[in-house]
Amino acid sequence: MAKIAAADLERIRDAKAQEASFQDRIYCMICGGTGCHATGSIGVKEALEKEIVEKQLSEKVKIVETGCNGFCAMGPILVVQPEGIFYQKLSVEDIPELVESHLIGRKPVERLLYKDPVSKKRIEKQDDIPFFAHQKPIALRNKGLIDPEQIDDYIAKDGYFGAAKALFELTPQQIVEEVKTSGMRGRGGAGFPTGLKWQFCQASPGEIKYVLCNADEGDPGAFMDRSILEADPHAVMEGMIIAARAIDAHQGYIYARTEYPLAIRRLGIAIEQAKEYGLLGTDILGSGFDFDIEIYQGAGAFVCGEETALMRSIEGKRGMPRPRPPFPAHKGLWEKPSVLNNVETLANIGQIIRKGGKWYAGMGTETSKGTKVFALSGDVNNIGLVEVPMGTSLRKLIFDIGGGIPKKKKFKAVQLGGPSGGCVPEEHLDTPVDYEAIAKVGAIMGSGGVIIMDEDTCMVDMARFFMDFIQDESCGKCTPCREGTRRLLQILEKISEGRGEPGDIETMEALSEVIKESALCGLGQTGPNPVLSTLRYFRDEYEAHIYEKRCPAKRCVALLEFRIDPDICTSCGACFRACPAEAIAWKKKEPARIDKEKCIKCLTCFEKCKFGAIF
Amino acid sequence: MDNHPHHPDISSDMWQQIDRVIAAHRDAPGALIAVLRECQNVVGYLPIELMDYISEGLNIPRSDVFGVASFYALFSMTPRGRHMVKICMGTACYVKRIKEVLNRIRNNYDLEEGGTTEDRRFSLEAVRCLGACGLAPVMVVDADTHGDVSSDKVIDILERYE
Repeated sequence: MAKIAAADLERIRDAKAQEASFQDRIYCMICGGTGCHATGSIGVKEALEKEIVEKQLSEKVKIVETGCNGFCAMGPILVVQPEGIFYQKLSVEDIPELVESHLIGRKPVERLLYKDPVSKKRIEKQDDIPFFAHQKPIALRNKGLIDPEQIDDYIAKDGYFGAAKALFELTPQQIVEEVKTSGMRGRGGAGFPTGLKWQFCQASPGEIKYVLCNADEGDPGAFMDRSILEADPHAVMEGMIIAARAIDAHQGYIYARTEYPLAIRRLGIAIEQAKEYGLLGTDILGSGFDFDIEIYQGAGAFVCGEETALMRSIEGKRGMPRPRPPFPAHKGLWEKPSVLNNVETLANIGQIIRKGGKWYAGMGTETSKGTKVFALSGDVNNIGLVEVPMGTSLRKLIFDIGGGIPKKKKFKAVQLGGPSGGCVPEEHLDTPVDYEAIAKVGAIMGSGGVIIMDEDTCMVDMARFFMDFIQDESCGKCTPCREGTRRLLQILEKISEGRGEPGDIETMEALSEVIKESALCGLGQTGPNPVLSTLRYFRDEYEAHIYEKRCPAKRCVALLEFRIDPDICTSCGACFRACPAEAIAWKKKEPARIDKEKCIKCLTCFEKCKFGAIF
Repeated sequence: MDNHPHHPDISSDMWQQIDRVIAAHRDAPGALIAVLRECQNVVGYLPIELMDYISEGLNIPRSDVFGVASFYALFSMTPRGRHMVKICMGTACYVKRIKEVLNRIRNNYDLEEGGTTEDRRFSLEAVRCLGACGLAPVMVVDADTHGDVSSDKVIDILERYE
């Protein structure tokens, strides 16, 4: 590969046009995201390759390993293009039939298609599956459609045209204006206007400046950044080139989580290819502008997602935040003016520049423009990544796209915004996804993790879980966060172990206010949110734990009796068969009994009992 | 002559690799985390003697090296077992009852989080969200990701690792 000029982008795109729209042959797009790799997509791909050679179909069929498709729970996933036929949960044994029936006979294999959990009908086309039908992909527009390891595939989808426009047609001021017009707000969590951030850094004097990409996706339950990096790494890099041009930076860093090896590998490949094409390095596309990107691997510290901590970490130090001001736009990495943007934010930038800020601002609500990627997980049928316009209701997200709650259980709450976010109960499900509207019901947009919980979830236990996370990840620099979160955790543990006392709730409330007011960084300032939001909506559960020593959801081990009610027990034997400790005595037609001497309190029997007979 | 410190877990071949790592990063500012990572990949963990050696090699105070190594979850200062068992403690996995899975492992192998079995067969770690929430609850053994693990299946899976 040789360095290319701006005009070559069009040449590459046009040469690939037929291929990019799947016109010249059949395309088997097999998902190569982390989720599908884990369920065996590599083996499926190899089997498919072998079968295609054996059946002499190599001329007619092309196999492409794409990034994450998004519908992670259904892996391994294969989409046959151009029709867009969606196959799920494939195994190596399915391949001969699939090739024979579909690729040769042109008849899709019914039993491998998606089955709608509500209508129980099979659906052939990906676009007709509700999970996909309600989406509006912009940041995720190339997922499942390109090979992330081929730069030409990205260019064929208008990739790097935004960067070319930024380099040749726009002044740095115009770039900032365009981003401001788009209304884009940081997708990492805080929601700060991206254009404004760039403007501050642009205005900041200094010879050396940096563009940083925050790929330290730490919020549990959020995996959109991983997915974008695996499926479309060039989109993120294009965003960084544009940001660099806007603030006149010549060096960029991507701070990536070490837990994401596949994303890091694909990014590395993408950077190499961009360098060969001269899209990174000196004199990009012949514009005279220089910019380079390096990957920096994190080492497992949640607080490094905070901007000042992230910069300390790149400097090779303990990743601890520092007070602001000075803001990174003035003194960031190595004390130089720096812009830090999240992966999802950057993935949108190329298109905002290419299509204009007005186009992007045409979607969404008054204060939250464009689209947002959400990671649906927990007790929901359709687990995976979805991108919807801002303003979509939580109900639509969970029930129409997510397909509702499995096993006929009832919805209890949805947790938004990661550990420092909040829980939203049934009564507020019509809240639209919008930074302000979500804040009003006591949660935050955060990075977009949406964890759905059914009626079997204990909210005290959830608060304890989040507080455990936060106090463990607290860096220890400021006292309110270090000591305050630990104290909150102690009280929550006490309550879930049945030692709660009157006054505990009030102590937690008072303590939470102090932490929020006085902690140094975002981690501490939002740290008490899990407690406050569960108290706001589920205070009765706390009271049941404290005053009645009872866990209504039957999850807190210390408050359970491990006793089977003979009147409710149907003698089905499910608990007996599942018990790993052989602590359950059972005979046909007789109620089961738990031997408390042998019981290891693992809760397996509670999970298996469909009748709620165990207390 | 070999002028490396003596350590039972670090062979002379490993010392040479460590020297190469240090030499490659010596003049790069902010390279400490990368050096610790690469050295841990060589040895398996970071014994105190190794951290001292890195401190001298990079000309960084020992306290700084220890400070960084103890700050980040990636670094371990104790030896690990033949198989690394990582239990995802992300929210999605927690909601899907990873705690019960963790308890099964603890009970069955008499193993605590962060600990190693006496025969050095398994090391157990409860880790932060692995971003594979679609497969929750998730356990990673060495390089294999196991999705949808339940407390009644988990021991069968682990027994496959000798």
